[in-house]
Amino acid sequence: MAKLGRAIREIHSLENLAERNTFFNRIHPTAKVLVTIWYLILVMSFGKYDVTGLFGMCLYPLILMISGDISIGQAVRRLKPVLLMVFLIGAANPFFDRTPVLEAGGITVTAGMLSMLTLFCKTGFAVFASYVLIATTTMEQICYALRRLHMPQILVTVLLLIYRYLVLMLKEADRITQAYMLRAPGEKGVKKSAWGPLAGQMLLRSMDRAQRVYESMTMRGFRGEFFLRGSFIPLRQSVFYGVVWCLVLAVFRLVPVFELVGRIFIR
Amino acid sequence: MHMADALVVPAVAGTMYAASTAAAAYSIRKVRLENEPKKIPAMGVMGAFVFAAQMINFTIPGTGSSGHLCGGMLLTAMLGPFAGFLTMTGILLIQCLVFADGGLLALGCNIWNMAFYGCFVGGLLIWKPFMKRNMTKRRITAVSVAACVITLQMGAFSVTLETLASGITELPFSVFIGAMQPIHLAIGLVEGLITAAVLLFVYEARPGMLWAETAAKEEGRFSFRRTLVILAAAAAFIGGVVSLFASALPDGLEWSMERTAGTSELAASGGAYELAESIQGTTAILPDYAFSFSDSAAGTTVSGLVGGVLVIALCIAACYGMKFFRKGKNG
Repeated sequence: MAKLGRAIREIHSLENLAERNTFFNRIHPTAKVLVTIWYLILVMSFGKYDVTGLFGMCLYPLILMISGDISIGQAVRRLKPVLLMVFLIGAANPFFDRTPVLEAGGITVTAGMLSMLTLFCKTGFAVFASYVLIATTTMEQICYALRRLHMPQILVTVLLLIYRYLVLMLKEADRITQAYMLRAPGEKGVKKSAWGPLAGQMLLRSMDRAQRVYESMTMRGFRGEFFLRGSFIPLRQSVFYGVVWCLVLAVFRLVPVFELVGRIFIR
Repeated sequence: MHMADALVVPAVAGTMYAASTAAAAYSIRKVRLENEPKKIPAMGVMGAFVFAAQMINFTIPGTGSSGHLCGGMLLTAMLGPFAGFLTMTGILLIQCLVFADGGLLALGCNIWNMAFYGCFVGGLLIWKPFMKRNMTKRRITAVSVAACVITLQMGAFSVTLETLASGITELPFSVFIGAMQPIHLAIGLVEGLITAAVLLFVYEARPGMLWAETAAKEEGRFSFRRTLVILAAAAAFIGGVVSLFASALPDGLEWSMERTAGTSELAASGGAYELAESIQGTTAILPDYAFSFSDSAAGTTVSGLVGGVLVIALCIAACYGMKFFRKGKNG
């Protein structure tokens, strides 16, 4: 059950990163969310053999991670959950698409190899971009941005509530499983006879908690809307930040910048 | 089953976002109509619960491996399909942002593959019709397992289609589907059993908490007739349109026969066989699922439609027959 402990640590570490007072943290969350979505659309729109063009897109997460003091190692570790599926799907490409594309140093590079490489690059870039977003923006700020982008209030409220109670629930699950493990040493997981009672009791307690949460929320004047505040840089600067990044990324998508630069040196 | 961003192209991602947004808009409308302000915190807390409970390993007897809860089904059984769908959407967004499990661009796909099938199909088409009249332990177990298996199979099938439609992989459809479906069949069975165990516990402790209690009050909103019409439309669609894409390659049995006997049609002789063949020859309107005079697409479509109608008619007749016999037995 180390998963639970890891999840709690992950959330705390992200919160610590997002609550810093750097320039990137103080940019308006709506600008950051929009730039991230724009970046993801552009990255995923590259053709499956367009490796050189795609490489240009690594600049965005790289620049932000370096200048925002965000650990690249930590970003790479976040690839783990999606890597298996992507690897299984991508690793088949070299076997099924053997059309030779170029020969380098006696090694024939096939189209399948290129498509596999672009798939891995896209996965990496997407994970890094999302990490940059969540490492510089708290969940409250993201919810605020989503609300500004007209996401329905009910969905934003649920999202925020799930996040607020997540650590609490993870800790409770951790306590319950630790208590179970201490009573059942040597077992890898919860045995069949305890499936229902263990999770069921936790579920019933959660529903009771939801009732108490609702009562205390209404006592404090909750009418279905959360009001979020934050200290951001002036809106004009945030708009400028968003527009500049969107333009730069569009240029990298439309013009093979890396290739053009390379041609200056290699003729 | 969480899809990463790299597995979809913007066109597919956008389409799935549109589909998921439509489902979310409908769910929001339904939750608003329910007008239960208590439900909002319950959705938040239940979402956090499912998130945490999915990290608990439940040992699968005799295998040495472990499984976890099926979130969509559990949320549907506790909150109803619409609130469950919105809660699952929140969970998937947090999983993608905080734990990098699934992508932001692929979120529409993930919502569709997990939340839509889990809550709408699992809740409205499987849980509700079976639990509406009478809720028993046996029903809860059977429905939980069936719903988890079916919705996971549908989700896995969608993952395959979305990835292939994006042109990301060179894997042939048959290989991809052959890898995805069996794995998710096993996962669905295990998740269904664990979910059933939890729901049975809730049923024994506080039966009023399970969603079907309120579903029973909504009389006739999703009647037997309406369900039948939907199923008929689905059968007509699958039979008439999807059958156009039916593979010309041999099916599993034909393939095995070809491998062992060298032919997919077994020769048989004898009086009984000849008699049966002559009867079949005169009665069959669609020999080998196509018009005898044509191999055209129209022939395949009509075959699919007629087959669908016949099977549905047969099922309805069997249901009424069983009902008739049961009535006769009881009194």
